[in-house]
Amino acid sequence: MKTKKIVSYAFLALVLLFVYAPILVLIIFSFTDAHIIGQWHGFSFDLYVRLFTVERLRNMIVNTVVLAALAGAISTVLGTLGAMGIFYAKKGWSKSLQGASNINVINAEIVIAVSLALVFSMLAFNRTYYSLLIGHVAFCTPFVVLSVIPKLKQMDPSLYEAALDLGATPAKALFKVVLPEILPGIVSGFMLALTLSLDDYIITSFTKPAEFDTISTYVYNAVKNTAKSELPAFRALAAVIFAVIAAVVVVLNIRANRKTNKKIIENKEIKR
Amino acid sequence: MEEMTKETPLAPAENDCIIELVDLTRVFEDDGMVAVDNVNLKVKKGQFVTFLGPSGCGKTTTLRMIAGFDKPTSGKILLNGKDISALPPHKRPVNTVFQRYALFPHLNVYDNVAFGLKLKKVKVTYETENGRQFTKVEKLSKADIAEKVNRALKIVDLEGFERRSVSTLSGGQQQRVAIARAIVNEPEILLLDEPLGALDLKMRKDMQLELKEMHKKLGITFIYVTHDQEEALTMSDTIGVMKDGEIQQEGTPLDIYNEPVNAFVADFIGESNIFSGTMTGKRKVRFLNKTFDCVDDFEKNEKVDVVVRPEDVVFADEGQGQVDGTIVSSIFKGVHYEMVCKIGKTEVVAQDTLERKVGEKVSVVIRPEDIHIMAKEFTVNKYEGYITKHNTVAFGDGEFACDLTQLYENSFLDEEGYLITAEGEKLDLTDTDVEVEVGLKDIELVDVDTPEREGGAAGNIVSIIYKGDHYQVIVRTDENEEDYVCDTEYTWNENDRVSVVIPRDAIRLRLKEEVKR
Repeated sequence: MKTKKIVSYAFLALVLLFVYAPILVLIIFSFTDAHIIGQWHGFSFDLYVRLFTVERLRNMIVNTVVLAALAGAISTVLGTLGAMGIFYAKKGWSKSLQGASNINVINAEIVIAVSLALVFSMLAFNRTYYSLLIGHVAFCTPFVVLSVIPKLKQMDPSLYEAALDLGATPAKALFKVVLPEILPGIVSGFMLALTLSLDDYIITSFTKPAEFDTISTYVYNAVKNTAKSELPAFRALAAVIFAVIAAVVVVLNIRANRKTNKKIIENKEIKR
Repeated sequence: MEEMTKETPLAPAENDCIIELVDLTRVFEDDGMVAVDNVNLKVKKGQFVTFLGPSGCGKTTTLRMIAGFDKPTSGKILLNGKDISALPPHKRPVNTVFQRYALFPHLNVYDNVAFGLKLKKVKVTYETENGRQFTKVEKLSKADIAEKVNRALKIVDLEGFERRSVSTLSGGQQQRVAIARAIVNEPEILLLDEPLGALDLKMRKDMQLELKEMHKKLGITFIYVTHDQEEALTMSDTIGVMKDGEIQQEGTPLDIYNEPVNAFVADFIGESNIFSGTMTGKRKVRFLNKTFDCVDDFEKNEKVDVVVRPEDVVFADEGQGQVDGTIVSSIFKGVHYEMVCKIGKTEVVAQDTLERKVGEKVSVVIRPEDIHIMAKEFTVNKYEGYITKHNTVAFGDGEFACDLTQLYENSFLDEEGYLITAEGEKLDLTDTDVEVEVGLKDIELVDVDTPEREGGAAGNIVSIIYKGDHYQVIVRTDENEEDYVCDTEYTWNENDRVSVVIPRDAIRLRLKEEVKR
């Protein structure tokens, strides 16, 4: 019995090590300014300082975050509207529309990227920030649709009717009842769009203007051309991103735990 | 937003009818099903009206049309004499209590109840210093809303629950919130769609009485939908019994219980013995192989359905009553015994506080006023059909072998399948339209999984009514919803899938018009 337990813990530790060891190494080496990874030139915050002081690096980070926020927001609005359109369409239509939307989720990104580039060229639409934004929105929207539709399906269809029945116009019923009901789906759709946009490379490189760089395109170029690059600073950037994500996940978990605890306490009160 | 303001109530129509359904019909577009078929009903102001019927009878669709969630295919809904069938739900002065409550999960109890009030706009008249009056359309003030919400919560006995999340409430409490949320808007009509369906029996009984009490207190019109006959009898002023989208009977609970118009209503409302009988003279009916006096007048020799409620069947000692039989079962039901007495092949169910032992010979007494006579709903199945090229007949979503020679006297079929008349004429009957009649007793039902006995048509059993010594079963086909009514001694269950077998000689054919030669 005891050996069984030891084996199972050991296995768990092995899996965790496998998943997190590279990240740990990266974090450790983000605190040294050696150019080549694996060398230790003493502890320093130099890489972190560079991350926020070298203008090219700072611009690239801001670009990426702003682009992701914009693309995420636009595709959330479009995707939510689309999901509602698909859900409330007539039976036959609904299924085929949802299928059409899902194709882009499964589709290889390179196909979307090439076809977007083709369309922009055909329309003589120069590569600008807008073409890049359009590319990201087109890529992210189907994912938002995918995460909102299940919430609509779970919703009690009488809720909308109840709102109308109590005197709400269809628009008010939508904002006061339907949207709050599907909000979790909308939020997770937004998060999904945000992360997809943040680390996208293929579509970005096909639709971006020449002088514009996001993290992923910058990294790619830096790797090709290591001599004068700021590549080591990315160790710090990766460490920061990991820390932010870990913090978000921990906070979300704590909040979720608190909510269920609260519910249990309320239920106990009723029973008394 | 102006349309949100509540208009001053119209002067009540002469007949003080608050709502009137005129030839109301609803056909669903996607499958062509007629959910509500030409329903006419008048509801008086302040009444408690119930639509009662089995599931799929159209009662909920009717309610949804009154609420405005479904648009009638044809017909009108008059509210105080004005047609509202084109009005969207948020402009109708009616509120609904939904089957599964439909409370807003993201709002607490208070905000759920206040939902309608917060949207409401009222006309307020002000007077300026120089005596001029002007009216403004405003929202209700916070204090007004709070007062109304608290009053509504008091009516449903939920004071102190204002801040609770609705997901922490029990079914009964959620039910009360749903009622409070509807009545707080002071609707002219409250619609209730099986509101007690999700509650347990004890809670349901309490809520029935509470709802009735609330109806009395509020004085507004209640329109209630249920499939529970006991609920309908307990609460309603008027009941409309529905089946297949039509109102079968409308009347007070007492009328419907004592004077059902057909076997369906008799069977659906309360327990009943239904026998096949024949009128043998003025106010005389023969059933159970015996002639009884009765109070209903039908034509002599007419075939009728006879209804006797179990509590009206009285047992006397053998030879002392009208007809003798033997007790075959006796079950104690709490207040009374439910006993079955077999007379010949027919079973009579009786309820009495005095037990008669199984095997005891007794005599049945039924008073003339306890015998209720109804015209027979079905005497024969009639269809329109046509002859196929295989010399079979197609009708009622099926195809059956038949005897074509009955169409022409002394005719016969030749080897090629042409019909040769007595005069020697050769007829091709393919695609000839015919009228088909099949007796109720001639139809045999077999399980669809019996391959060796494949019937001409198949369908689901939609209704079973026990008639003393046999069941009257209605089988409905899927495609065109054709009905086969059949009398059988065998027990089936509702929704059983069966195959309809009709012997070749039992299909009676008549030409619709002379065949062109």
